[in-house]
Amino acid sequence: MTPRTPFRARRIPGVLTFVCGSLALILGVAAVAGQWILPHWDRQNLLTGAAMPGGGHPLGTDELGRDIAQMVVAGARSTLSGAAVVAVGSMLVGNVLGVTAGYLGGLTDMFVRRWADLLLALPALLVTIVVAGIGGGGYALAVAVLVVLTSPGDVRLVRAAVLEQRHRAYVEAAETLGLSRTTVMVRHIWPNVLPVVVANTLLNFAGSVVALSSLSFLGLGVPPGAPDWGRMLSENRTLLYDNPSAALAPAVAIIVSAVVLNLLGDRLFEAFSDRRS
Amino acid sequence: MTPPRSPGPGPANRPAPQRPWHVRLGAALPLRYVLRRLAGTAGLLAVLSAAVFALLRVAPGDPARTLLGTRSATPQALAAVRADHHLDDPVAEQYGRWLADALHGRLGTSIRTGQDVTAVLGDRLALSAQLVLLGFAVAVALGLPLGVLAGLRARRPADRAVQSLAVVTLSTPVFAGGLVLIYVFSLMLGWLPAYGPGSGGGGDRLLHLVLPAATLGLSVTAVLVKLTRAAVVRELAREHVTFALARGIPTRRVLIRYVLRGTVVPVSTGIGLVLAYLLAGTVMVEQVFALPGLGQLLVGSVTFKDVPVVQAEALLIAALVCLANLTTDLVHPLADPRLRTAAATAPADRDKGQA
Repeated sequence: MTPRTPFRARRIPGVLTFVCGSLALILGVAAVAGQWILPHWDRQNLLTGAAMPGGGHPLGTDELGRDIAQMVVAGARSTLSGAAVVAVGSMLVGNVLGVTAGYLGGLTDMFVRRWADLLLALPALLVTIVVAGIGGGGYALAVAVLVVLTSPGDVRLVRAAVLEQRHRAYVEAAETLGLSRTTVMVRHIWPNVLPVVVANTLLNFAGSVVALSSLSFLGLGVPPGAPDWGRMLSENRTLLYDNPSAALAPAVAIIVSAVVLNLLGDRLFEAFSDRRS
Repeated sequence: MTPPRSPGPGPANRPAPQRPWHVRLGAALPLRYVLRRLAGTAGLLAVLSAAVFALLRVAPGDPARTLLGTRSATPQALAAVRADHHLDDPVAEQYGRWLADALHGRLGTSIRTGQDVTAVLGDRLALSAQLVLLGFAVAVALGLPLGVLAGLRARRPADRAVQSLAVVTLSTPVFAGGLVLIYVFSLMLGWLPAYGPGSGGGGDRLLHLVLPAATLGLSVTAVLVKLTRAAVVRELAREHVTFALARGIPTRRVLIRYVLRGTVVPVSTGIGLVLAYLLAGTVMVEQVFALPGLGQLLVGSVTFKDVPVVQAEALLIAALVCLANLTTDLVHPLADPRLRTAAATAPADRDKGQA
């Protein structure tokens, strides 16, 4: 194992990191428990219709008189859970392929690299729109396609990190001891690659929030009726005159989630590269 | 790493007189390398076109039914469609026929409207091309200078500010950004039109494209900023830059001739990437701003399962992506002499210069 050194003291006190962490926690709670805490998020009041903020509705109501604030909280689940699945799924695929290709080299490596190059050249969102739309599989298919199209980034990253470790003394030592290649990969190399992987997963998470909400906006994501930020935005964008926050609130929710995840990911990357240098 | 040219005054250090352009081009881009890249592109296009062809089979159910659309599926109609599209032939034969037709510009007829697909695409191509070009101009005009600024002032306030801006634009989906811009500039300030392609001539069209192009451009600016910043930081840390500064060469000259020159390769790779993002972004932007371009057609056709139109658009996008890749591969050896030897011996390493 490489010697473990403590994370170097950060230059800026971690105020930003703290704020991001807290926001991430709130978002997480909203995603997991939002629909239990606010069971009446979809209560309609057709008489009110779209109304400006006020009168017990801090962000106003939409065309059906539903409370925007509650819908935003309830909508956290579908947007964030789908994106989490994409990020984790692509991390798994990326790790398996990346570690194998980097460690084994040769033909395996060549095939994996070709595969990654091919997928990376494609505009991911467009491919997802086309495949998920034509395939008609809805949200699940969209998530699956995004996993496939996000993973080559992870594959490259992991492979590069493994190549960097590949010729270190500890790998040689483990090989000399006669450990199997699987053991060397999983028990010795992989833990040293993990920090980059985690950081990158957060960045992928952020990217998937953006991508999945885009699909929902186009009507290719979640089914009608389900609370979802992208879908809310697309349904409420005609209300910009009546109640701007109906469209702007989900937009802000998407942007804040993605910013938080991006910043946390960046911070982790920095912490890791500080440690390494 | 190549050592910098030896310093010292006098004409002895002038570069040798230049050889004619075709000799220089031949040295920079050996024919074998060009041919290999062309073959690679053709291979990529073959794989992608096969995938596009397979789209008809991805749609759930019988392809003949899919091609019938909403027309009533009588046995006669189904049989007619089968015969028309040769659906009973071996798949490889179908693919060959389809590809040959596509190469001749025969892309079939739209299920939704019954119009010729080539004509429909042609009608909408101009608007999308204008949008992508304007968006690209916005992205480059913002992304490159900001990236260079951030790189030169790395870890200082200016850099932090640029980076924060980049994170926010990166985290903003195109449709959300567009909506915010519409709200601010059309509804609150009333400066610019919110929807539609505009009627009449160039001026009006341009006015209607300001917000969409800004939305599109801003959405990819962050990618360029990140790449450019990383490249500048990396170049600044190089020995030959330190040495040049120590030699007393004016800072401005060092920045332009040494640092910026070194960023050409990674940044041009990034520009190829940006094109892919722009193509995806157009789809969203056209949807938000109600612009009748290729992107809007794609979304409409996908929801209607108008497979021939979707296939034609996907093929067009695939060709554009391949072209962009090929261009970057061919430009790299021209920009970076180190890659010339690599080009002469091995395929250019795509990983090179990526962050």
